[in-house]
Amino acid sequence: MSEPILSVKDLQIEFKSGSIVTKAVNGVTFSLNENESLGIVGESGSGKSVTATSILRLIPNPPGKITGGEIIFKGKNLLTLSNREIREIRGNEISMIFQDPSTSLNPVFTVGNQIIESIRTHKAVSKKEARELAIKMLELVGIPAPEKRIDMYPHEFSGGMRQRVMIAIALSCDPKLLIADEPTTALDVTVQAQILNLMKELQAKLNMSIIMITHDLGVVWETCDKIIVMYAGRVVESGTVAELYKNSLHPYTWGLLDSQITESQNNLKPLATIPGSPPDLSFEVKGCPFVERCPYAQTVCFEKTPQLMEPTKGHAVACHFQTSDQKLERKEDAYFDGSTT
Amino acid sequence: MKGFLYKRILQLIPTLLIVAIIVFFITRMLPGDPAAVMLGPQASAEDIAAYSEKLGLNEPLHKQFFDYLINLATFDFGNSLTYNRPIMDLIIERFPNTIILAVSALLLAVMIGVPAGIIAARKQNTIIDYSVTTLSLIGVSMPIFWLGVMLVLYFSVNLGWFPATGMGSLEEGFGSFIRHLILPSVALATIPTAEFARIIRSSMLETISQDYIKTARSKGLKEFKVINKHAFKNALTPLLTVIGLQFSGLLGGAVLTETIFSWPGMGLLIVDAIEKRDFVVVQSTVIFIAVIYVVINLIVDILYKVVNPKVNLDSNSGGGK
Amino acid sequence: MNNVQGIEEARDIQYRKSKKEQSFIRKLLRNRFAALGLFVILLLTATAIFAPYFATHDPYEMDVTKTLLGPGEDGHILGTDSYGRDTFSRIVFGARISLLVGVAAVLFGAVLGSLLGLISGYFGGRTDAIIMRIIDGMMAFPFILLAIVLMTVLGQGLVNVIIAIGISNIPGFARVVRGQVLTVKESEFIEVTRSLGAKHGRILFKHVVPNSVAPLIVYATMSVAGAIISEASLSFLGLGVQPPTASWGSMLQEGKNFLVLSPELATFSGLVILITVLGINLFGDGLRDALDPKMKL
Repeated sequence: MSEPILSVKDLQIEFKSGSIVTKAVNGVTFSLNENESLGIVGESGSGKSVTATSILRLIPNPPGKITGGEIIFKGKNLLTLSNREIREIRGNEISMIFQDPSTSLNPVFTVGNQIIESIRTHKAVSKKEARELAIKMLELVGIPAPEKRIDMYPHEFSGGMRQRVMIAIALSCDPKLLIADEPTTALDVTVQAQILNLMKELQAKLNMSIIMITHDLGVVWETCDKIIVMYAGRVVESGTVAELYKNSLHPYTWGLLDSQITESQNNLKPLATIPGSPPDLSFEVKGCPFVERCPYAQTVCFEKTPQLMEPTKGHAVACHFQTSDQKLERKEDAYFDGSTT
Repeated sequence: MKGFLYKRILQLIPTLLIVAIIVFFITRMLPGDPAAVMLGPQASAEDIAAYSEKLGLNEPLHKQFFDYLINLATFDFGNSLTYNRPIMDLIIERFPNTIILAVSALLLAVMIGVPAGIIAARKQNTIIDYSVTTLSLIGVSMPIFWLGVMLVLYFSVNLGWFPATGMGSLEEGFGSFIRHLILPSVALATIPTAEFARIIRSSMLETISQDYIKTARSKGLKEFKVINKHAFKNALTPLLTVIGLQFSGLLGGAVLTETIFSWPGMGLLIVDAIEKRDFVVVQSTVIFIAVIYVVINLIVDILYKVVNPKVNLDSNSGGGK
Repeated sequence: MNNVQGIEEARDIQYRKSKKEQSFIRKLLRNRFAALGLFVILLLTATAIFAPYFATHDPYEMDVTKTLLGPGEDGHILGTDSYGRDTFSRIVFGARISLLVGVAAVLFGAVLGSLLGLISGYFGGRTDAIIMRIIDGMMAFPFILLAIVLMTVLGQGLVNVIIAIGISNIPGFARVVRGQVLTVKESEFIEVTRSLGAKHGRILFKHVVPNSVAPLIVYATMSVAGAIISEASLSFLGLGVQPPTASWGSMLQEGKNFLVLSPELATFSGLVILITVLGINLFGDGLRDALDPKMKL
C-alpha cells in the first residue's frame, strides 16, 4: 500500500488545572490511508475527542497541551508547523465537523456567509464565485432550494439540516481528510442515518478520508473501514472493522459489544453494562487501566501495563493474555451481573 | 421588521404620556402658588397674577392638563422670564453642546472599554485581566464630580495642559475646541468605560467557549477574525443594552460634569435654572431629556434586533419571514 | 387547614433549600475582595456610630483665624476648610449622613418598589400593565435628574434627600421584584398551595417574598452605593442636606472653590466617597457570587 495520508505516533496530551495534571491522551498511535475511514470508539473521557481535536491543533491551550508524539499529514508534522501553516490546512486540507450543529454554527451570520467565509479564506475567488460555489455545496449536501436558503440564519434550519450545512462548510474546499466528532449524537435517530449515508456518499464522490469519533459501535460498523478502541487515553484495540466485528480480543471491546442494542436481540436479553467508571487520569495509572472493571483481571493486570501488540497482522490489542499464548475465553454473561435489570 | 417598528413607536406614546403626567403633577405639587414659586422671590404681585393667567392656573385642572399636553405635543414650552426668551430657543442652543459632550464621552468609553474588555477576556487570569477588572471596578464606583474636580486640579491648575472651564468654539480653532472637550469627556466617560469593559469581558468569556468559535478556528480563520468577527458580534448584544442604559447615565452625569467644567449644555442650564428658581425651564428641559432618552432606547431596541436575528421582538408576525 | 399549612411549609422549605447554597458565608468570606468590602463597610458603620470618639475636633466649630490650613498644621490632621472647621472631623461626621441617606433611601425605595413589583407581578394583567407603564415613565428620567427635580420641589433638607433618592429607587426595585415574582409564580409549589386553597395575601407574603430575598439583598446592597453617590451629587449641586451639616458632597463643593489654596479638602472628601462606594460594590459583587453566580443583576 501507498504512504498513509495521516499517521499519528505516540501522541501525548495533558490538561493542566492548577497543580493537577490530567493525562488525557497517552501514547496513541494510528494511521489512515487515502479514501479510508477510521472510527475512534470509546466512552466519554476516553480521549477520543481530544485526539481528534489535536490533529488540527484546536485544543484550547491553556489548559490543554500536546506534550509528545507526532502527527504526520502528507509528510508534514502538523505539530511543528507555524500558526500560519496550520491555518492553511484547517478547513482546507483537513476539515472538522462537531457534535451539536445547533451550537457549532454562529447564530448571528447567515449560513451563506459562513460557507463563503471558509471558501474565501482558502481560495482566491471573487465573492460572486464563492457564493455560487456555496450554493453548489448546499445542493451537494441535499438542502432543497439552496439559492433561497443560503441567505437564512442557522436558527431557521432544523437540526439535521444544520448538520448538512456544517458538512457543506467542511467540504467547501475539497479536504483530503474530514474529522467528524460525534456528528450524529445530537440528532434524532431518523436523521442520524440520513447524515451517515450522506457522509458515505460524499466520501465516495469526493475522494477523502474520514475519521469518525463516536461512542456508538453501530455507527462504525456501518461507515468505517478501520477502528480503534480507546480507553483512558490509550488505544486498547485496533484493526479492520471486518476483523473486529467477528474476532474482537479486548475485554473492554467485548463490553462495548455487549452493551449495544442489536436488532436480533429484541429485548430478550437485558442490556449489558460495564460496571464502574474509567480511572481518574490525574493520578498515575498502575497496571492495566481497565483492571478495575475487567471481569477477567488477574494479578499480573494490577502490576504491569499491557502494551499494544499485534498477535495477528493488522489487529492490535493491549491485553496481557490476548497477546500471549494463554488466550481468554469470552464469557457470554461477563457483563450481566445479577444487579442489572 | 416594519410591524415591529410601528409597534415599538406606538408603545412610546403611553410612556411619554406618563412622563408628561409625572412632571405635571410634580410641578403642581409645588408648595404655595405655582406662579409665585415659578417666578421666584423677586417677582411682584402683578407679575404673579399675570403669569397665573398666562399659565392658565385659574382654569380647572383638567383643562390645564389638556393645554399642557397640547403645548408639549407642539414643542411649545412657553417663555422663560428669567432668561427672557422662548424655552425652546434655550434648548436648541444648549442641547447640541450636551450631545457633543455625551457623544465624545461615549466614543471614548467604547474605544477604551471595549478593547480592554476583549483583551481581559483573551488573557483571562493574567495580570492584564486582573488590572482591567480592578480598574473597571474602581471606575464604576467613581464619583465623577470628584474625578472632574481632580482632573481640573492636576491637569488645569497644576500642569496647565487643559482649560478648566468652558467650551471652545470652532471659530477659535479646532485645537481649542478639543482642548476644552478632553477633561469633561474623560470625567463623563469613566463610568461607561468601566461598565463596557466589565460587560464585554464577561460576554466575551461566555462567547469564546462556544462551539461556533471552535468551528471558526477549524475553518482556518485568523485568530483576529475569530475574535473580532465571530465572537465579538455575539458579545455585542449585551453591550448594546448597556450602551442604552449608560446613555441615560451620561445625560444624568452631564448635569454634574457640565457644572464642574461650566460646559454650556442642558445640565448647566438645569442647575442654573434651579438656582434662579425658574421652574418652567427645569420642567421643560427635564421633559425634553426624558423624551430624548426614550427615543434612544427605541433606537437601541431596533439595533438589538438588527444585530441579533434570533431575537423576535415582533411577536405579532410569528416566525421570521 | 392545619394539614394544608403543613404541606405548604414543607414544600416551601424544600424549595428554598434547593435554591440556597449551604456554605454561603464561607464562600463569601473566602472571596478576598468581598472580605475587603465588608471591612470597609464595617469601618464606615463604626465611624458613623462612634463619630464623636473618632473626631479630633468639633466638626461645627469655626475659627476665622485658622482657615484653609494644610494637613497636619496646628493639630488638624487633614487641615481646615474656609471657615476654619477641622476637615478630618467633618469627614468623620459626614459618614453619618452618607450611611443614613444611603440606607434609609434604599429602604424607602425597596419597600415601596417591592410592594409595587409584588402587586404587579403577582396579579398580572391590567394591574401589571398600568404599574409597569408608570415605572417605565419614571425610568425615562436619568436617575440623578429625577432626584434633582424632586429636590427642587421638596426643598433642601435631610429627610427630603432621603425621600427624593428613595423615590428614584422605586422603579429599580419594582422591576427586580416583579421579575422574581414571575419566576417563583411559575414554580410548581405555588400551584400546589393555590390548589390547596391558600389566599392571595398569604401566598404573596409567605412564599413569594421569602424566595425573592436573595436577589433583593444583592440589588439593595448595590443600590446603597448608588444612593451614597446620589446624596453626594445632590449636596455637591447645593441641593442636598442643609449647611452647616457635614456631608462629603457639600465639602467637595466647597473644596472645589478653594482648589488652589487647599486642594486637600476636595481630594479627601471625594476619596472617602470613592472608597466607601468601592467597598460596598466589592461586597455586593461577592454577595452575588456567593448567593447565585448566575444571578442577572
